[in-house]
Amino acid sequence: MQDFKFNIYDLSSFTHWVDVSLYSYCTPFWAMMWEMIIIGVAMLLFYAVIGLFLVYAERKVCAFMQNRIGPNRVGPYGFIQTVADLVKLLMKELVIIRKSDKFLFYLAPFIVIIVNFMTMAAIPFAKGIHAIDFNIGVLYIMAISSMGVIGVLIAGWSSNNKFSMIGAMRSGAQIVSYELSVGFSLITMCVLAGSMQLSTIVEGQSECWYIFQGHIPAIIAFVIFLIAGTAETNRGPFDLAEAESELTAGYHTEYSGISFAFFYLAEYINMFIIASIAATVFWGGWMPFHISGLAGFNNIMDFIPPFIWYIGKTFVIIWIMMWFKWTFPRLRIDQLLTLEWKYLLPINLVNIILMALIVLMGWHF
Amino acid sequence: MSEEISSVVDIDQQEYIINIGPQHPSTHGVLRFVVSLQGEVVKSLQPHIGYIHRGIEKMCENLTYQQIIHLTDRMDYLSAHTNNEAVCLCVEKALGIEVPERVKYIRTILDELTRLASHQLWWCSFGMDLGGQTCYFYGLRDREKILDIFEETCGARLLLSYNTPGGLMWDIHPNFQKRIKEFIKYFRKKLPEYDAILTGNVIMHQRTEDIGILSLEDAISYGITGPTARASGFSCDVRKRYPYSAYDKADFKEIIYTKGDTFHRYQARMDEMWESMKILEQLVDNIPEGDFTAKMKPVIKLPEGEYYQRVESARGELGVFIVSKGEKYPYRMKFRSPNFCNLAIMNKLTSNFKIADLIAISGSLDLVIPDIDR
Amino acid sequence: MKSFIKYISDIFSGVASLLKGMRVTGKYFFSPRAIVTQQYPENRHKKGKKKLEMFDRFKGEVIMPHSENNQHKCTACGICENNCPNGTIEVISVMNIGEDGKKKRALDKHIYRLSMCSFCALCVKTCPSKALAFSQEFEHAVFDRKKLIKILNKPGSTLMKGIE
Ligand code: SF4
Ligand code: SF4
Repeated sequence: MQDFKFNIYDLSSFTHWVDVSLYSYCTPFWAMMWEMIIIGVAMLLFYAVIGLFLVYAERKVCAFMQNRIGPNRVGPYGFIQTVADLVKLLMKELVIIRKSDKFLFYLAPFIVIIVNFMTMAAIPFAKGIHAIDFNIGVLYIMAISSMGVIGVLIAGWSSNNKFSMIGAMRSGAQIVSYELSVGFSLITMCVLAGSMQLSTIVEGQSECWYIFQGHIPAIIAFVIFLIAGTAETNRGPFDLAEAESELTAGYHTEYSGISFAFFYLAEYINMFIIASIAATVFWGGWMPFHISGLAGFNNIMDFIPPFIWYIGKTFVIIWIMMWFKWTFPRLRIDQLLTLEWKYLLPINLVNIILMALIVLMGWHF
Repeated sequence: MSEEISSVVDIDQQEYIINIGPQHPSTHGVLRFVVSLQGEVVKSLQPHIGYIHRGIEKMCENLTYQQIIHLTDRMDYLSAHTNNEAVCLCVEKALGIEVPERVKYIRTILDELTRLASHQLWWCSFGMDLGGQTCYFYGLRDREKILDIFEETCGARLLLSYNTPGGLMWDIHPNFQKRIKEFIKYFRKKLPEYDAILTGNVIMHQRTEDIGILSLEDAISYGITGPTARASGFSCDVRKRYPYSAYDKADFKEIIYTKGDTFHRYQARMDEMWESMKILEQLVDNIPEGDFTAKMKPVIKLPEGEYYQRVESARGELGVFIVSKGEKYPYRMKFRSPNFCNLAIMNKLTSNFKIADLIAISGSLDLVIPDIDR
Repeated sequence: MKSFIKYISDIFSGVASLLKGMRVTGKYFFSPRAIVTQQYPENRHKKGKKKLEMFDRFKGEVIMPHSENNQHKCTACGICENNCPNGTIEVISVMNIGEDGKKKRALDKHIYRLSMCSFCALCVKTCPSKALAFSQEFEHAVFDRKKLIKILNKPGSTLMKGIE
């Protein structure tokens, strides 16, 4: 058995130690099982904590933008307000809709949640904290994250409510179109990185983040990714599927209690996932901020643990997405499609060519 | 057999009917639209009203003229003062009394403050209808300042009941003028913010321009009044055409736009806020000294006859019609409420637009439901 | 070509208009001094700038001010009862035999139903002896509706001297 060194800057030795010790105690099958369980539980905890925290953060952020204080009663600065809300939702009655398709109705929130988990598995949280490192990580994330719409569609269809139905249909149209932009802007970065493996992408940014390496096309891709990503999470100016002032609550109108909470949390986790992909691909994931040549500065930056870097970057991006949401009015469905097909997509295509050119000519940093 | 035939219906002929309201976030009250949809597109719309009918007109027949005032507060609660004033002016006209100049000035100032407060609330709820929730809080934040002025002088924030036939309930608070001047200074800085966050916004532009166009002919034949009609080029400002109180002393523009789409209705109200501030600035320093009420008998009996008085409330022309048989109660009381007429156009405006447009259009009409149902 | 230029300029003007809005919200996010929230139950007693104070004209509820000798000014004339549009007020009077042997009307109970009051201020304004006033109390929530029926004159109170 190997010696265990817990190093906050490089957690791979820790995960490796867990791995090796499990395999030395159990048969490979059981070791595998235990690992899965450990990862699953860790993810579940992380999911709940991040979800609750983001709900709280959103309330505070929007409150400050609106000259309010926001939650401030439960706990210091209202910090455990969301926990209290969750407890309330857990205790609430699950209203059974008489003429709904019950099986699908209860299945829908789980689909959304499962998709979230599957996406989170591929995200590198810190050096060594990375459940699965696919060599096509970016592709995998793109493929899985767009499956959440199935849950939304099923929810809208099965609840036998006209508002839900309209919301679900809107969300279908929205995700089908914005998936393209998300994909293309990530492909732009894959061209620069030369790889689809998320760990390689992160390692490639140890000198300089891709958003600086790829300068103009990278920045364009980043902006497009932010817009399309916000649209994909059904948030902010793109919350047509919920469209609270038009469709009351859109696809989750009929949900109550914990199944509503699932949808609600999933929205925030989706935002977290989009933000962490953006942080990973454009801002270097857990890589500290380095300026090549300034060794002293780089050393100071290295001093901050990678996980903090990762969380910090993600939250900055989440904050920007909240900023969008609390500033802009909602788009109409035809505007939404115009934005995608008339503006984002052509710009994106030109951008890929530009990026390819830059990579070929070696004009990047 | 008959079932088979009915099942072969052209898909375009099928209606998808949804109820928007009576409990819906953006009908702002208990108004119900029965909307027939085709996909996202509104084919026809029927407003159903009466959910908050209290029979105010009938109740008035058993109340003295002083008592009627407090009921009119509860019609269009966002322009409570204007409603009060309309009844008072009508009674004063019937009695042939001239109220002191001071009263006229104070009434006009309060009118304009009411209009400002009402437009602020309209702005913020319109922003929220479009999905920009932050607007709501900015609007309310600034409206609070006006409500404070009301509270200090009238004793209430919303349902003022400050007028009484012949004058005012009591004199203005010593701080009244100072506070108004402070408010104008404050709000002149904040109004450009409204523009930055909503008016100039490209999303908002695209959502409102060329949406729900109200033609001048329709505006006149449906009896639309207020900023809604003025956005279609119908010059119908009662303050200009039939000046009452101290409006003839103030110099202000009647805001006229020509296109009549949702954006122009929006713009007309935004400009009215600037104009209201101008009126306030002109009047606030010139309130003449004098009594706050004319000499009135404790029991008011109108001479037999029919009387009509109109004023410009924040939403349009408010008319008060009194039939008196010479008693201390009116024989019949009728309010011509602007919202009721403005609602009638909804079907015409919304057909062939999307649901999102329906919300924007109904927001731009600025409906207050208790005024429709009365 | 023209349409292409318009396409590009549309993008830039659109983005500029969006940034303008974001500047406003962003500015407020970083200026905590602009917060206008009043923390209600705490600010009732707190000293300082944000203490909750109602304006002295605020129409909270109708009261009958009493002097320190437990004297009020109501002569039980019933004018307020007649003037109230909602039937909120009920004045119950008794006939007392005065010192000079004359019968005199005096106030027994001045009943005020807060739940029916619409704060029109007619009673306060029309009372000939200024016996009524508004208090600034606004926390009217109670568990039982009966508690909203108030008797305004205090037990054992008498008419103030010099008021007819
Ligand atoms: S309160 Fe005033 S009006 Fe009412 S009964 Fe007493 S004296 Fe008369
Ligand atoms: S304020 Fe008006 S409603 Fe209330 S008791 Fe006095 S007269 Fe009646």
